[in-house]
Amino acid sequence: MSRNKNAAAPVLFILAGIAVWQGAVTFSGIQPWLLPSPLKVMATLWEMLPLLAKHSGSTLLAAVSGLLAAVLLALCLAAVMDLSPWFKQGLYPLLVLSQTVPIISVAPLFLIWFGLGLFPKIVVVALVCFFPVAVSTVAGMESADPAMVNLLKVMGSSRWQIIRLVRLPAALPSFFAGLKIAGTYAVMGAVIGEWLGASSGLGVYMTRASHSYQLDRVFAAIFVISLVSLLLFLLITLLARLAMPWYYKERNNDNV
Amino acid sequence: MAILELVNLTKYYEVNGNRLPVLDGISASLGEGEFVGLIGPSGCGKSTLFNIICGLVKPDGGTLLLDGREGGSPRDVVSYMPQKDLLFPWRSVLDNVVLAREVAGENREAAKREARSLMPLFGLEGFENSFPAQLSGGMRQRAAMMRTALARRPVWLLDEPFGALDAITRKRMQRWILEVWERFKQTVFLVTHDIEEALFLSDRVYVLTPRPARVALHLEVGLSRPRSAGTMTEPEFLKLKKRLMEVLE
Repeated sequence: MSRNKNAAAPVLFILAGIAVWQGAVTFSGIQPWLLPSPLKVMATLWEMLPLLAKHSGSTLLAAVSGLLAAVLLALCLAAVMDLSPWFKQGLYPLLVLSQTVPIISVAPLFLIWFGLGLFPKIVVVALVCFFPVAVSTVAGMESADPAMVNLLKVMGSSRWQIIRLVRLPAALPSFFAGLKIAGTYAVMGAVIGEWLGASSGLGVYMTRASHSYQLDRVFAAIFVISLVSLLLFLLITLLARLAMPWYYKERNNDNV
Repeated sequence: MAILELVNLTKYYEVNGNRLPVLDGISASLGEGEFVGLIGPSGCGKSTLFNIICGLVKPDGGTLLLDGREGGSPRDVVSYMPQKDLLFPWRSVLDNVVLAREVAGENREAAKREARSLMPLFGLEGFENSFPAQLSGGMRQRAAMMRTALARRPVWLLDEPFGALDAITRKRMQRWILEVWERFKQTVFLVTHDIEEALFLSDRVYVLTPRPARVALHLEVGLSRPRSAGTMTEPEFLKLKKRLMEVLE
């Protein structure tokens, strides 16, 4: 019941926003190449669906591959940093520093190095997604209860066993929080990669459309990008529920 | 021969360049199959003492004899039950209680079979696949106790195992732990703040002074076994209780 109520409010706001937009476009008589009406955008979306689907596929491939690469790298690095404080001391500031480099300024380098194919896009996505996953996983591993670690030590655990049995499971909620952020960045990263140069993808479609002032197509592409990002987010939420049933049961118990 | 013997243990901590003595020459011994209690005011250094016995902290002086020998690994002798149950929230009850066996690299299925057969004794039948968050406080402590038991070490170190429970559950758990003890014939070293609990459960009780901790009193509890709820109102029990209260004041 409260769930329905929660869904009703945002839907109402979205519908109101669209109505205002439609009204403003209809009554002001603004040119469609400056601002198309939502109805026009929907019509274009319907008409362009096969083409958009093809471009979405290529964007999604880059986004998901990049995200997976980022997760793999982040997990390895988090484990190594947990095993060696020295490594962590040296590497952690570097991680933070890497975030001050605007990705949009280094992306053209990847095009020069790796060409126009899929690979440079994956690299851009991986770079964007790596940081939130790595930082949240490291923080999650640090949050493991030291008393649990001591308990394992008294049982005679090796350092790797401590990581596997306590630190990684304890890091899961935090890891998934980071992964959700990374998931929403992933599609954006792929689109940025495509803007700078690619042969297919939603970013390519958008660049072409905006160069010819077909703003209805740009908006249609934006809509698809939002939709794809949302789906990715929901997929990650579902994975989180499957991977940590205990976490959600615990939260449900707290509510009782 | 004592299975675990503490000989003149001392421990200091460095605080702002000052040496703060925590343990000031503690000696105690635990015979095989004995139930020994340890009482002391809070903050007297009991945790430090337990950490030394577990091998997590090195003493600055004195020795720890395991099975009469020096230099052995406490991990082979001691199984530790902490104050908080420390059940892993991401593991089911069954997976939690076999943890020590899993760490030792033993066959998980065999350990689980043994765990299943012990579930009734520990009052956890039907909760094998529940997560710790779904259990009551008393059940969580019993699961932690079972994890301690399944580690198969000759000495159980129990650090205020019932400290967080309500008074009624606590009394019930005290009678229950004696059943478990009689079944496993373990050596138990129990830390508690509760004078009645220490007397009701133990063969002998050590009382520590406030920090720096020394042994203020070593008391033989001559009460007959098996003990029951009525034990706590026997004149002998009350006499011992009075004695302990005087020392702790």
